Amino acid sequence: MSFLIDNFVELTVTGLVLGAVYGLVALGYTLVYGVLQLINFAHSEVWMFGSFAAVWVTVALGVAPGSALPVVIGVLLLALLAAMTVSGGVALLLERVAYRRLIRLDAPKLVALISAIGASFALAELMGLRDRVAGWFGLRDTLDPYVRSARDNTRFQNPLETEGVFTVGGYTVSNVDIIIIVSAVLMMVALDQFIRRTRTGRGIRAVAQDSEAAALMGVNRNRIIRATFLVGGIMAGAAALLYLMRFGVTRWNAGFLLGVKAFTAAVLGGIGNVRGALLGGFVLGLAENYGSALIGSEWRDVVAFLLLVVILLFRPTGLLGESLGRARA
Amino acid sequence: MRFSVKTGAPLLAMALALTACGTSGGDDDEASGGGGEAGTCEDVALGFFGALTGSNANLGINIRNGAQLAVDQFNEENADCQVTLEEYDSQGDPNQATGLATQAIGDDTVIGIVGPAFSGESETAGPIFSEAGLPTITASATNPALSENGWDTFHRILGNDDSQGPAASAYISDVLQSEGVFVVDDATAYGKGLADIVTEDLADAVVGEDTIQTGQTDFSATVTAIRSSGADAVFFGGYYPEAGLLVQQLRGGGVDATFVAPDGVNDPGFIEAAGDAAEGAILTCPCLPPEGNQEFADAYQEAFDTAPKTYSAEAYDAANVFLEGILDGNTDRESLLEWVNDYEGDGITKSVAFGESGEVENVAVFAFKVENGEIVSDREIETD
Repeated sequence: MSFLIDNFVELTVTGLVLGAVYGLVALGYTLVYGVLQLINFAHSEVWMFGSFAAVWVTVALGVAPGSALPVVIGVLLLALLAAMTVSGGVALLLERVAYRRLIRLDAPKLVALISAIGASFALAELMGLRDRVAGWFGLRDTLDPYVRSARDNTRFQNPLETEGVFTVGGYTVSNVDIIIIVSAVLMMVALDQFIRRTRTGRGIRAVAQDSEAAALMGVNRNRIIRATFLVGGIMAGAAALLYLMRFGVTRWNAGFLLGVKAFTAAVLGGIGNVRGALLGGFVLGLAENYGSALIGSEWRDVVAFLLLVVILLFRPTGLLGESLGRARA
Repeated sequence: MRFSVKTGAPLLAMALALTACGTSGGDDDEASGGGGEAGTCEDVALGFFGALTGSNANLGINIRNGAQLAVDQFNEENADCQVTLEEYDSQGDPNQATGLATQAIGDDTVIGIVGPAFSGESETAGPIFSEAGLPTITASATNPALSENGWDTFHRILGNDDSQGPAASAYISDVLQSEGVFVVDDATAYGKGLADIVTEDLADAVVGEDTIQTGQTDFSATVTAIRSSGADAVFFGGYYPEAGLLVQQLRGGGVDATFVAPDGVNDPGFIEAAGDAAEGAILTCPCLPPEGNQEFADAYQEAFDTAPKTYSAEAYDAANVFLEGILDGNTDRESLLEWVNDYEGDGITKSVAFGESGEVENVAVFAFKVENGEIVSDREIETD
């Protein structure tokens, strides 16, 4: 207990950092669920592909840490752009291949769920076997820096050096900590405004509320569904870069655990609720850290999921509970 | 990547020509002492059992390659006795090991197993091999309890954690002269077993303990605990994927305690993940430093286009114990098991003889150090 109190600030900040990543990934689950009442289990792979895109940008540019600030910012922006593009692209591909036909045929939700799980495995294994895929095209040697040890951790050479900015409660908050938490909150606000104020956002809310009525009012349902997947993917891409800045490595199966946690965050905050996703992420990140500190790291998941169960017992619709469709303009 | 005899044979012939003949004097004596002339055999196979895919695949591939090299050299020398190496890819997963072990015992041509590679899978596969009387020689599973199950078929060609654990403790207390060590384990049979030994040995110097989970990527709570404990050394019982992440987050969190980890971390994958954070890490291993036997290192380099890594040499020795037995005419499981139990000979890593429980009698533990992004040998660890 005294350990928790002595290191409260550090555990809180690192918990929020982790929670911010959970929250951004959770947005993808929550948006798709809000619109389609469908759990897109392959969303974790959307994130994973984004993380590799970011890694590969730095590999291709070969930037050493400690470069001039404009270079650092340029590289990070390029990596962000690449991660968002790839994640968004994979999300769209997923919608096209794994869902669109099922949705059009009005297949049972369970079928779409299995399709999602299948897509998740296929995408993860594709990344894990990328060295062999490159081999089929005779590119194994050309692409070596990208496909080397495909089953292992791949390191992200962060061009930005981690530096302490200010010290509070015995913990030196680093520039990376601040960037991650602030960008997560900013992106959350931007997304919230997008859904509340733009035409597409109105369409998303309309389809979430009643997709048939929305269609009768002239909303192009397919276009809205595509937009939803795309937005979720872009958020996952941003989450991927932030995650790499903090944790520095990714792996073909890194999405699995993160996906479970992000989905939990979405449920915790109220699935289908955009603001709830980030709140759920923060609460989960903090609970994991405090739980680890109280009884030991092996209990972190037990604590986190006990908390989930307790919260759902009292608030079955999650912390904020409101659905996407009922969000007011 | 898979090494085929077709492409490998010319390379090996070259390698062998360069290295005169065979790999060491002991091998030759045993081989010629067995039959006096080249033995003949048909439909005989050895098995490799361990992870070839999955997140700990590097260690398994090192072992498979070592065994493969031994088999290929053997086939080259003995035209009348061609042995194949069957691969059982467990992905290092104890749950898959039972099915694969059953599959291996069902194949009558497989009369000896190099493996299982990890301790967890050895626990579940061991009883099945024992039941079927299929002799196994592991070149890497180091949990001490494995030899206490009364499996007659179990053999281990390297020191177990009862030698590696105390060696790690000795290094931490004698060489690093640590006054406070923080012990982290990954809750696996292997990692926890080692961490427990170190915790017990260093009792008073241990300033904190924590357990992480395999697959975990965020260690912020552990990092906080280590920093606030003021430890000047961290012992991590586990494998390289988590070790790489942990040491990186430790350095990122401003902890510069010396990172000490066992053989499961002794892999380039550790440096790949940790980058500069790996510098100065101490890795123990009951294995011969790769540069220990130059002839073997050259042949291995020739065959697989990479230097031998952790346990390649041990796997090579393990396969050779079987192969000499086969050459001696022991082409069924029963007689080969007897051969292994009574075996005495010189391998490239050590002189090999198995005790009653299947443990090799002659063990040594080495310390390695990460320097300029390479794992280099540091010293042999003396324990008393």
